[in-house]
Amino acid sequence: MSHSSPETLALEARQELEGLLKRTTPLTPKERIAITAQEMPTQDPAVRRRNVQEVALGYTPEQARLESMRCLQCRNAPCVQGCPVRIDIPGFLKAAADGDFQGACSIIKKNSLLPAVCGRVCPQETQCQEHCTVGKALKSVDKAVSIGRVERFVADLERESGSAVAPTIKPATGKKVAVIGTGPASITVAADVRREGHQVVMFEAFHKPGGVLVYGIPEFRLPKAIVQKEIDALTGMGVELKTNFVIGRTRKLKALIEEDGFDAVFIGTGAGLPKFMNIEGENLVGVFSANEYLTRANLMKAYDFERADTPISRPGRVAVLGGGNVAMDAARTAVRLGAEEVHIIYRRTEVEMPARIEELAHAKEEGVIFHLLENAKRLIGDKDGCVTALECLRYELGEPDASGRRRPVEVKGSEFIREIDAVIVAIGNDSNPLIPRTTDGLQTTKWGNIIVDETGKTSIDRVYAGGDIVLGAATVILAMGEGRRAAASINERLK
Amino acid sequence: MNKILARTQLSDDVYMMRLDAPYIARERLPGQFVILQLDNEFGERIPLTIADADPVEGSITIIFQAVGKTTHILADKQVGDSVQSVLGPLGQPTHIEKFGTVVCVGGGIGVAPLHPIVKGMKAAGNRIIVIVGARTKGLVILEEQMRALADEFIICTDDGSLGRKALVTEPLKEVCGRIPKPDMVVAIGPPIMMKFCAEATRPFGVHTMVSLNTIMIDGTGMCGGCRVTVGGQTKFVCVDGPEFDGHQVDFDNMMQRLKAYRKHEDHAHKQCHLNAEIRSKESITP
Ligand SMILES: Cc1cc2nc3c(=O)[nH]c(=O)nc-3n(C[C@H](O)[C@H](O)[C@H](O)COP(=O)(O)OP(=O)(O)OC[C@H]3O[C@@H](n4cnc5c(N)ncnc54)[C@H](O)[C@@H]3O)c2cc1C
Ligand SMILES: Cc1cc2nc3c(=O)[nH]c(=O)nc-3n(C[C@H](O)[C@H](O)[C@H](O)COP(=O)(O)OP(=O)(O)OC[C@H]3O[C@@H](n4cnc5c(N)ncnc54)[C@H](O)[C@@H]3O)c2cc1C
Ligand code: FES
Repeated sequence: MSHSSPETLALEARQELEGLLKRTTPLTPKERIAITAQEMPTQDPAVRRRNVQEVALGYTPEQARLESMRCLQCRNAPCVQGCPVRIDIPGFLKAAADGDFQGACSIIKKNSLLPAVCGRVCPQETQCQEHCTVGKALKSVDKAVSIGRVERFVADLERESGSAVAPTIKPATGKKVAVIGTGPASITVAADVRREGHQVVMFEAFHKPGGVLVYGIPEFRLPKAIVQKEIDALTGMGVELKTNFVIGRTRKLKALIEEDGFDAVFIGTGAGLPKFMNIEGENLVGVFSANEYLTRANLMKAYDFERADTPISRPGRVAVLGGGNVAMDAARTAVRLGAEEVHIIYRRTEVEMPARIEELAHAKEEGVIFHLLENAKRLIGDKDGCVTALECLRYELGEPDASGRRRPVEVKGSEFIREIDAVIVAIGNDSNPLIPRTTDGLQTTKWGNIIVDETGKTSIDRVYAGGDIVLGAATVILAMGEGRRAAASINERLK
Repeated sequence: MNKILARTQLSDDVYMMRLDAPYIARERLPGQFVILQLDNEFGERIPLTIADADPVEGSITIIFQAVGKTTHILADKQVGDSVQSVLGPLGQPTHIEKFGTVVCVGGGIGVAPLHPIVKGMKAAGNRIIVIVGARTKGLVILEEQMRALADEFIICTDDGSLGRKALVTEPLKEVCGRIPKPDMVVAIGPPIMMKFCAEATRPFGVHTMVSLNTIMIDGTGMCGGCRVTVGGQTKFVCVDGPEFDGHQVDFDNMMQRLKAYRKHEDHAHKQCHLNAEIRSKESITP
């Protein structure tokens, strides 16, 4: 894909919009479909490979309006069915098409607390945009209305212009709620519960709040200043934040209720337990979990070689095992830290890759090399115990498995050696067991996910849970949706 | 923010500090540690054992050796200064019960994490044999405190400047050869010392517990950077440990992993000395 400069995209959009605004009759569906699908302006791949600034630069106002005009305002709104939190998508696109960006943002905020985040990281192509009629008409989900990009635009505009109105907070109820974790699930609960007038205290194990949004997802995809703004909004509402405080260790969960006077607790501790492949050589020097690699790079700022004390390995040839967003983030971070070659090794094909399409495209543009239908069988090290090579196996696709994806089957005898200097394992996360292990009576599945009922309540009275700790590694929007549900139940319980 | 309430220099490069940390002081048990960070923007997170705690005062004690950048800067801090982040108590507490005779072996700075365990083991009614070792006399710490707790106290230095001229493994073998043999050994010190202590006790079949000091980041099981191979299985030192059966630990792999960032650390350490020199020169010149 050739890279169009942001200036060109802006100019073309301005001209096209001017033409459309001169019209006196309403646009027909056919004409709407004919409007140019607006490309996201991005940093030039050759430049961004060497910096950590955000890759996608965001629409111009003209681009946002044009893209919104592409929406056909379908009466049955199939896009809304695809949205986990049921945002009124045609509604906000209509406002944006008319240039009422503040109005558009307010419509989104009725259902989503974090539009600037979700606009950037939601897998739109498998949610709202998958069902978009325009995309269907043009026979490609890539041609669907870019709902997420418009969402991002209106949210950024609101934030940058400082026009967000602080939510009103009901009179103090004297009730107190503990929120464990500060990821998207917890941020949502804190906001929704605080608004009802309850006192809210958030506990975070790390020294900085934000969960995966700060320690996992890199700056070049989600600027940390955006997450910090959301946290500032919470503290501005009077939410108290205690960092360096790990529930289960610094204080037991039950003590919060029994001794510290909390009336309810929400557990939003995420899926922070890295999975390994359990193959030979996985503990060699130079083998990292994506969590470790990304935490060093993001949270500990190891990319800032001059100022950060936390070191990070900067090998020449890096292999990343996995095909999700985490794998893309690790690979693209390695590119930025100066790796000569970055290889993604994935045992299925591109169609099955769980990563967002945009991340996959960006990774390719940045020179990441993809090896599909291939997997590591064992890792080989030198006399000092440092990894030097992967023994790989080739795969082919067999019958579909329970998830409907075709099962990868190894090709017997296809072993071969790939020389590398570091391996990043990005095959997923399980739930963090710290709280279940230290809390009697808290029921979990055999995979360690906390079990909740349809109101978000756990097996313990007054204790609720949501987000990745319940769903297993999922998405930001689902975590937020779960937070909404649990907050509503907590507010109900405290009435 | 955790205020420094007291600071003492124990030997050439070992310091003891008492920090304000009421929650940690209340929950902490022997064998647990904290992760501390001096600067939340760019600082490193380092693990240090909680050497002692006072739940009434709400304070914890740490004992650390200035070996690199972060520990040097920490050593320079004074009473009244603060540490930006202290997280804990982390890790599994030591399994303390009445075993019978327990041999506690501490090498160098390892005596600091050993001290609360000795205290706990003593309180549980065990007979305690303490073996303390150091490269040289000036590096021995907590000698009096350990002597006071021990039923039998053996001290040795590599150069013979204090006590026996021997490595700790020598008296350890002798003690294990006694009849009846001890019921349990706890060995804490540099990885190489723990490795050889485990080798020394293996032929005698005495259960030997070691406390591993791998590189860590979060300390809550999130990153796997601290992982080691124990009995052929991967374990996370920060949540499964830090104590493990020394006969099962793959020490060679652990030592290799500890060296992963050596170049970076040496550079940061040198820079830190250079800066200190510049500072001291600046303070001399009027
Ligand atoms: C690298 C990476 C990339 C991703 N990319 C995307 C993407 O593009 N799009 C998308 O939708 N999703 C993405 N995800 C998934 C998404 O980030 C998660 O689904 C989401 O953050 C889950 O939110 P949460 O609130 O449940 O928990 P988290 O965001 O995981 O936050 C949990 C917080 O709780 C804290 N905590 C844990 N235990 C304790 C305790 N005992 N006491 C106190 N605090 C505790 C943790 O330190 C953490 O800060 C990605 C995930 C990763 C790792
Ligand atoms: C559970 C545990 C308990 C510990 N308890 C104590 C204690 O009570 N007293 C004490 O003096 N030391 C203790 N350590 C070791 C201490 O954490 C390191 O000495 C410290 O991190 C060095 O930091 P630095 O920046 O000063 O040195 P650096 O320049 O970063 O490193 C110097 C040396 O320390 C090792 N090291 C570096 N970072 C770490 C790290 N995060 N974890 C472990 N080792 C590291 C390096 O391999 C190197 O040999 C403990 C370690 C662990 C894992
Ligand atoms: S320090 Fe990260 S898992 Fe142990």
